Amino acid sequence: MEAFAYANPSTLNGAVSLLGSKWGETAILAGGTDLISLMKDHGDTPARVVNIKGIDVLRHIEEENGGYRIGALVTFDEFLAHGIAKTFPSLAEAARGVSSPQIRNVGTVGGDLLQRPRCWYYRGGFGLLARDEKGHSLVPNGDNRYHAIFGNEGPAYFVSPSSFAPALVTLGAKVTLHGPSGRREIGIEELFVTPKAEGEREHSIHPNEILTEISIPSSAREWRNATYEVRQKEALDWPLATASVALKMDGDKITAARVVLGHVAPVPWRSHAAEQVLEGKSLSEATAARAGEAAVRGAKPLSQNGYKVQLARVAVKRALLAAKEGA
Amino acid sequence: MDYKWPPADQRVLIGKRISRLDGPWKSSGRVKYSYDINRPGLLYGRMVFSPHAHAKVTKIDTSEAEKMPGVKAVQIMFPEGKEVLWAGQEIVALAAETEDQVRDAAAKVRIEYQQLPHFVLDESPDKAGAQYTKDLTEKTTGDPATAFGQAEVTHQGRYGATVITHCCLESHGQVAEWNGDSLTVWASTQNVSGIGGEIGQGVGVPGNKVEVITPVMGGGFGSKFAGDAWGVACAQLAKKAGRPVKMMLERDQELMVAGARPSIHADVKVAAKKDGTLIAWDSHSWGTGGPAAPGAPPLPYVFKIPNSRVKHTAVLTNIGPERAWRAPNHPQMCVITMGALDDLAAKLGMDPVDFFRKNLGITGERAKTYDEELTKASELFDWKKKWHPRGDSGSGPIKRGVGLSIHTWGGAANNSNCSATIHPDGSAEVSMATQDLGVGTRTVVAIVAAETFGLPLEAVTVNIGDSKYPAAGASGGSTTVGGVSSATRRATVAAVNELFDKVAPSLGATSDQLEAVGGQIRVKGDPAKSLSWKQACAKLGATPITATGKTSRDLTSANVGGVQMAEVAVDTETGIVRVQKIVAVQDCGLVIDVKTAESQVYGALIMGVTYALYEEKLMDQQTGHCLNPNMEFYKLAGIGDVGELVVHMMTGPGYDDRGVIGLGEPPVVSPGAVISNAVANAIGVRVSPIPMTPERVLAALAKGGQA
Amino acid sequence: MSHKAPQDRDKDVKKKRTELEDSSSSGFSRRDFIKGTGIAGVAVSATVLLGDEVAKAAGRAPAEGEWIGPEAVDVTLRVNGQTHKLQLQPRVTLLDALRDRLDLTGAKKVCDRGTCGACTVIVDGKAIYSCTTLAIDAQGRDIQTIEGLAPESELHPLSQAFVDNDAQQCGFCTPGFVMACKAYLDHEPKPTYEGVQQSLGGNLCRCGTYMGIRHAVLQAAGKGGQS
Repeated sequence: MEAFAYANPSTLNGAVSLLGSKWGETAILAGGTDLISLMKDHGDTPARVVNIKGIDVLRHIEEENGGYRIGALVTFDEFLAHGIAKTFPSLAEAARGVSSPQIRNVGTVGGDLLQRPRCWYYRGGFGLLARDEKGHSLVPNGDNRYHAIFGNEGPAYFVSPSSFAPALVTLGAKVTLHGPSGRREIGIEELFVTPKAEGEREHSIHPNEILTEISIPSSAREWRNATYEVRQKEALDWPLATASVALKMDGDKITAARVVLGHVAPVPWRSHAAEQVLEGKSLSEATAARAGEAAVRGAKPLSQNGYKVQLARVAVKRALLAAKEGA
Repeated sequence: MDYKWPPADQRVLIGKRISRLDGPWKSSGRVKYSYDINRPGLLYGRMVFSPHAHAKVTKIDTSEAEKMPGVKAVQIMFPEGKEVLWAGQEIVALAAETEDQVRDAAAKVRIEYQQLPHFVLDESPDKAGAQYTKDLTEKTTGDPATAFGQAEVTHQGRYGATVITHCCLESHGQVAEWNGDSLTVWASTQNVSGIGGEIGQGVGVPGNKVEVITPVMGGGFGSKFAGDAWGVACAQLAKKAGRPVKMMLERDQELMVAGARPSIHADVKVAAKKDGTLIAWDSHSWGTGGPAAPGAPPLPYVFKIPNSRVKHTAVLTNIGPERAWRAPNHPQMCVITMGALDDLAAKLGMDPVDFFRKNLGITGERAKTYDEELTKASELFDWKKKWHPRGDSGSGPIKRGVGLSIHTWGGAANNSNCSATIHPDGSAEVSMATQDLGVGTRTVVAIVAAETFGLPLEAVTVNIGDSKYPAAGASGGSTTVGGVSSATRRATVAAVNELFDKVAPSLGATSDQLEAVGGQIRVKGDPAKSLSWKQACAKLGATPITATGKTSRDLTSANVGGVQMAEVAVDTETGIVRVQKIVAVQDCGLVIDVKTAESQVYGALIMGVTYALYEEKLMDQQTGHCLNPNMEFYKLAGIGDVGELVVHMMTGPGYDDRGVIGLGEPPVVSPGAVISNAVANAIGVRVSPIPMTPERVLAALAKGGQA
Repeated sequence: MSHKAPQDRDKDVKKKRTELEDSSSSGFSRRDFIKGTGIAGVAVSATVLLGDEVAKAAGRAPAEGEWIGPEAVDVTLRVNGQTHKLQLQPRVTLLDALRDRLDLTGAKKVCDRGTCGACTVIVDGKAIYSCTTLAIDAQGRDIQTIEGLAPESELHPLSQAFVDNDAQQCGFCTPGFVMACKAYLDHEPKPTYEGVQQSLGGNLCRCGTYMGIRHAVLQAAGKGGQS
């Protein structure tokens, strides 16, 4: 890890004022499990680090008009201990999927959304777009077993690593970003972008902004929801594919559906095709299977990750069946 | 003198369940490993290594690094003009005041390379081409062509195990400190007696000027026999700086260069008569262990099939070179042989237990052991109830299956020397320059000494882990327990006999009439005639007794069997395999400490689950880099991943009387095979190679399994 | 880190919300300073030096929101009830500070990337990875390492349970496991077999001591184990 200057502000505006206007100048430290590791691997070499954990206003979980506002510094552990975890089993399952208490104790919901991809070429020093000296991506002809099967036309092939994001998308969540000129709120889907060139990020947040809050609308309570993660190990392990679903039901009938896949694309990957299959149907094993099938239609696996198509298909089916059981 | 192990009815400590002596040091966190040695004035060492898998080093410039804050010494480890053969090759070592300073300085070392073509894959010899392959001798036994012609059932298949690493939790490395022309090295080593000479030679001092200290060490598994280039460099840095230096490998370096288990893949053809009698074997195997050609694995494994043709091709790759990995070659040969035999049994429609039994006659001298162990394992596992023909016919995506494997290992005693001393005040100690890798060596030595002296365990001081004590063999190949236990037995019997000589007159007996039991020296058959141990020792006057002992073939033996059975649940929709249960039935002659012996077997099963399902060293042909030199994607099984494990040690007549035999390797041989066989039983198709990752399981199912 | 119960945290919600939405509230004390010196990377060390010097000259700890470092700064750590004043660069991890500066070597450096759990210590009652925690960020917190479990001459019952159940071989992962188990048992006095499996997913062992660890946790909780 290279040397850096450090600040520990206790107010949000104080923190924002410390941030640089270009990526790489300043880094925001919350739980640190990703940032510190990345800095040790020289994946991020900020000259300055702003620890935002002193900003107490970012640690709330607050009910408001039937919805929830979740401070960015709420840890996985705090989230799971709160009643919200019961309201939204899809988020709780995503949180439990981080099967290390040590990470759940410090890892924050904000950090989960903004953590960097685990692509081994990126982590191995070849940049986010995994390019060799000649500018060619190493992924298509390399070992891409953990890479994207959707949204992988290039130059980005990594997968979004966030645990919470797919579920938050299904719940219609928004995130609040604070910058020098105030705050803005964007839909969670808009937070995630696919970089088109080296130097671009996979998040739409600006370098001098802080993600402060996640809000879940009251209407989300009306959606039955679940997450299914395909993880090889019970111990700490990255999912190979995940699916989060939210269903609006009228009796047995699905009136509206949201289906979002994780770990399959550079962004949380929403499947409108699967949603269409579900809408107007009752939720049976056969419907769930058809939705899984629809969800992976159009997947373009790379040379070594065809198996992830099957995992995504099954994740959707099982998430739907879990949502049914959770009723 | 009678050195024989005491008979079962007289053993007080041997064969009991005794907690390891260094347990409290470890679980309190207070014991100091090499990584933990903080000497006064300590500097931190670090190495700069090649990012290229094959390149010529054209220029090394350390001038900027030398000027960095805190830097006290720089050592070139790899000369300009020489070719690097794997990414991770150490080029320059530096020492500075803090870990961060040495890291900063390392970043300023400028090394120029002329890149050369590299090759890092082992999928097939054809893909590698002539430049990267070397055909080793082809060996034919009997008449395989005729035998295959006469065969009633023949099976062909491909089996294999990919490259894995040792991933010792304490990385390789050491602390080196000079005192004049004497060097002390706190090294994480499996070879306390052996590496002093090697490091001494590297720094130009005789081996007797190098003291190696290793009271405890954080895992070796076969990768820590050598002093290594970093050992020499660390001593050089310490010499230059005039201060002690600690240089431990970073995790990425550890996984890149500090040891790998070679891959072995094989195309196998195997044939039998309808009744299951094995008659012919043919295999072409290949694998890589880095740039050098490893020896050909002697396939087939355990079963000496009468007619065979065996060919092996070494694939030469630019990856960190192989080191002995717990039971070298055996796990790979086991997964290949037991997999092929299991598939053949399925084709024959035979229960594998019956099929294996049918062919025990060609397993050699351990046939009877296997027979007894098969019986015991079947009973503990409830095999008859759990086994079903290939393919779980139940509904739902989760398929259950069971598998069987058998294995063997030598485990003959290494050459060790022990010195035993009885002091006039009654204190007793045994000393030898062996090492405890976490297997219980210290505890075994104490048990043997205390048993011989008739004393409680805590009355004997055990001095090990320092090269100043009598030389002992390296700990590898399951050779340690035989070496140290027999040497200790001989030394302590000799010492106590000297004590008998001293005290016999005062007991009105001859020394051969005496025995040391229950803290007393007494006349056999007349316990009233006795002295307490302390009273007896007081008769020594001012001079302690010291006796020495060497490894004895009379007290030890070699060659063990071992049977394992596994049950798995395979999710056929995700390809995820969960181990439900493994039963391991293992013999190792006379068991000194049942508790630590069982732990060895549990540990082997868990390591086996890891290599069967999770761990794999992944190389990238484009960059020549290892893709997963970390513990995030170099996956180890966690506590929730290993299922229920049952261990049974074979003891009693027929086992105890063989003497002591090593145990570390044999139980780690079968898990890959037994889990692979259980998966095949569950889903009706073979998943190869191991580890059986979701993608490999799904691919196998797609090719023709029952989903 | 705050460990207020969620309901307590919610008490001040209104005040917090106001602050969240009011971008002109306090906290800008350093802004002009940063502006004045520029925020380009090259200017940083000067900025930082100056900031540090200003703080030191004033004979006080740097005010909140000031840049300190990258040079060594005063860091006060409370470890096992004892206060240690150290000079550390902000980049020094808690693990390195404990091991290299305080000679508390029970926590081990293994993966050094927040994966294997060998560096586990307990901070404010919770198990954390000290390899991905900055020492400077652990100030003001109650840090417990394995050395603090029991006096040197005694063995903590959990450590004893590890001995009794042979839950260790090479022992290099053991201190991390003991601390992870301690944090789990402090939180869950009635552990179950399944709970043990789920609560130790952040620690890895290479020798394969999981069977013993399962028994050790249950023994330490008074639920048996094996000896």
